[in-house]
Amino acid sequence: MGVLTAYGLRLQRKRWRIRARLKARALEPVADRTAAIRPGMILLFSTLRNERIRLPWFFRYYRGLGIGHFLIVDNDSDDGSREWLADQADVSLWTTSASYKRARFGADWLNALAMRHGHGHWCLTVDVDEFLIYPFCDTRPLPALTDWLDASSIRSFPAMLLDMYPRGPLDARPYREGQDPFEIAEFFDSGNYTYRRNWKMGNLWIQGGPRARVFFRDNPERAPALNKIPLVRWDRSFVYASSTHMLLPRGLNLVFDEWGGEKASGILLHAKFLHTFSAKAAEELERRQHYAASHEYRAYAAGLKDNPDLWCKWSEKYINWRQLEILGLMSKGNWA
Amino acid sequence: MSRVGFVMLCHTALDRAAQVARHWAESGCPVVVHVDRRVPRADHAAFVAALEGLPQVRHAPRHRCEWGTWGIVAATLAATRILLAEFPAVRHAYLASGSCLPLRPVQELQAYLDGKPDTDFIESVTTADVAWTVGGLDSERFTLRFPFAWKRRRWLFDLSVALQRRLGLRRAVPKGLVPHLGSQWWCLTRRTLESILADPRLPEYDRYFRQVWIPDESYFQTLVRLHARRIESRSLTLSKFDFQGKPHIFYDDHLQLLRRSDCFMARKIWPKANKLYASFLSNDPQVTKNAEPNPGKIDKLFSKAVERRTRGRPGLRMQSRFPNQGWENGMTCAPYSVFEGFADLFEGFAIWLEKTLGGRVHGHLFAPDRVEFAGGERIYNGALSDSAAIRDYDPEGFLISLIWNTRGERQCFQFGPADRQDIAWFLARDSNAQISVVTGAWAVPLFRSTRDFAEVRAAAARLQAVEARHLEILRSPHTRARVRIWSLAEFVEAPMEPLQILMDEIAPRNARRLTAAPRMADLTGFAAFLQRLRDEGMNPWLMGDFPHDPDPAVLAGAARHRSAAALR
Repeated sequence: MGVLTAYGLRLQRKRWRIRARLKARALEPVADRTAAIRPGMILLFSTLRNERIRLPWFFRYYRGLGIGHFLIVDNDSDDGSREWLADQADVSLWTTSASYKRARFGADWLNALAMRHGHGHWCLTVDVDEFLIYPFCDTRPLPALTDWLDASSIRSFPAMLLDMYPRGPLDARPYREGQDPFEIAEFFDSGNYTYRRNWKMGNLWIQGGPRARVFFRDNPERAPALNKIPLVRWDRSFVYASSTHMLLPRGLNLVFDEWGGEKASGILLHAKFLHTFSAKAAEELERRQHYAASHEYRAYAAGLKDNPDLWCKWSEKYINWRQLEILGLMSKGNWA
Repeated sequence: MSRVGFVMLCHTALDRAAQVARHWAESGCPVVVHVDRRVPRADHAAFVAALEGLPQVRHAPRHRCEWGTWGIVAATLAATRILLAEFPAVRHAYLASGSCLPLRPVQELQAYLDGKPDTDFIESVTTADVAWTVGGLDSERFTLRFPFAWKRRRWLFDLSVALQRRLGLRRAVPKGLVPHLGSQWWCLTRRTLESILADPRLPEYDRYFRQVWIPDESYFQTLVRLHARRIESRSLTLSKFDFQGKPHIFYDDHLQLLRRSDCFMARKIWPKANKLYASFLSNDPQVTKNAEPNPGKIDKLFSKAVERRTRGRPGLRMQSRFPNQGWENGMTCAPYSVFEGFADLFEGFAIWLEKTLGGRVHGHLFAPDRVEFAGGERIYNGALSDSAAIRDYDPEGFLISLIWNTRGERQCFQFGPADRQDIAWFLARDSNAQISVVTGAWAVPLFRSTRDFAEVRAAAARLQAVEARHLEILRSPHTRARVRIWSLAEFVEAPMEPLQILMDEIAPRNARRLTAAPRMADLTGFAAFLQRLRDEGMNPWLMGDFPHDPDPAVLAGAARHRSAAALR
């Protein structure tokens, strides 16, 4: 890592901060309750489009973990998501019809909001189909984790994306509003992930899981990235560089131990593969608002026609965080 | 009036501190509280108000208590003086923090101390014998000066330490003092404390300790050695530190563990652990067992956590464990066997091996077209795909995952020069790999094939070159695998012995004589085949010296004879 690269990254970070401010001008406040944010509150940031059916469970889950305030960007929903969100007392809502893609897949918007409201708070940035699992999450609320991270001088906490899927075709058991999605999508791949180090940004690049196994069998290098760092003790100088996969300054990306030990980590259970998926994939393909020329969604559309079943006999049925820990997908580190 | 009094140092979670102080005061114990001067005035006022109306509670003058500095000792001294002066009945003073939680009723602690009225409970160990110090400073804590706060001015702190080391600056320990270290939380007798406080040289000691780093872990620990009559070098407070030197924190889910520890006090408690505070802040004699404190289980839990953080699980690669080369602490998580050439030489070798070992045996995992999992499975443990593209995208990761996913079941697979060779170095460096090679065995299928001889010759040349390179790797000084190499000629001479050795090594517990040998391919005419390759201008040397045998039947017969002998 030369001085030039370091300086280059610094410039990049500055550029993204400016870009975030510019892109944020497209955000129109619908319900600004940010005055209710108190010091020490854990904040959740998310951007979404037409996810009305998922919202009740999502909020139930994260309120239960101890999120203090939700800061949401609605990207032009027309299914009632916006109205539902605006009614929630702990939500601040912005809306925009600007391009998701041109806002670097929402990262610019959320960077801008975090810069304005997240400074000094623990900030959790997730999509509405991502559910955070961390060590002891069944007995300790999220503030227990963030307090421990603070005491350990840790600023960022990783949680790999774990794709969950049902047994049988995705539309065999439709998801009902308010239902725990993992009653349906209860399976995952336990041990087919590839990890490689991104020396420039200092993060790990993780691929694999059912998407690589089924949709990217012949070109695994195009499989989507699963590494995520969703929980960060935010400082206004931080930016998410690419979705929540990595941050700048790049020290925040060193969430893994290089000397044989294990740092604490969590999992984002990914409830993408529900009956809503094929409609969503078709819509996203149409809109062409996703990463790498929506390559991922084209692969899905092709793969789903042939064989919509992601399940195989080695699929693991989800039980709890301890199971994920034993399987080596996440770690308690030295939290006990 | 109780014979045990508490000195309480508080700086955060004052509501919890007040709750605990009230509990003690209401149980009849005197409590002197000290609140860090850095706590805002409003918070302090609320704290004082919460303790109003308790005649047993005193507030000590406030000092700044920066971590690792003298302020903490100054506060402790001030509060202790008040306790001793104002509560003459106190025989033992217990130093606690605001995040301590009593685990057993006060009466029990009282009874325990009554049984040992002259004993001072303080962990006090000479610097040569401690293992827990942070930052590599142990004896230097006492011989250098520390004008900068470690938490806030780390670089100045480090700079000043480096500078003093470079310049050889040292200061003398006052005569008669032998530096001791130990947990900050003690329980001392009035006699010992008064004797310390009345020591005529105390001002000299204080001046000295002002410049010692983390004096709260050494001031009393050192001075008791001058004044105490009987020291039990342990803390009555259960307080475990992790590898960074910060205390482990207790949560609601530790309730049963804490209860069974029989310790008197625990630190630190997460302030929002409602269940812990609700359960332990009672003097209910129901929980009483009058047992000796036994923190063993908790010690084990925490030392396992530290081990997980520092050593990790061998052979695991994951999002928060990605060791640099050489730091894997086990490149894979379990031993496995690589067979090279065996499947070419023996018919149905995999099936034979499966039967012999009672496990599953893979074909060529690194075959160019697909992963040959045992039983021809398309997907294997952990949902590993048989796609060659996915495997070749990260061959090492593939193998690490396979061995990890099949923990508890030994993996065996075939390897050869026709396979993808990217994994070769990894196999050689991995001490879990047992690699057995019959060199030149790849010639057997060529010999038996009906392909055009020019093609066969080209293939033989290619395979030989690849295998030669592979053997160089296996023979390199960096190799950590258990490697055994035989030439084909050597192996064919006496195949049972090496097989027996391998089987014994793989499954030492069910070691028994091999009864059924795998069936060897018919090598009649093989020497002539090698000669023909030579005649075509290729030098097949990896097979070893196959006798230039005019009558191949004799050779085959001899081999059969020998294997039969080995069986007997």
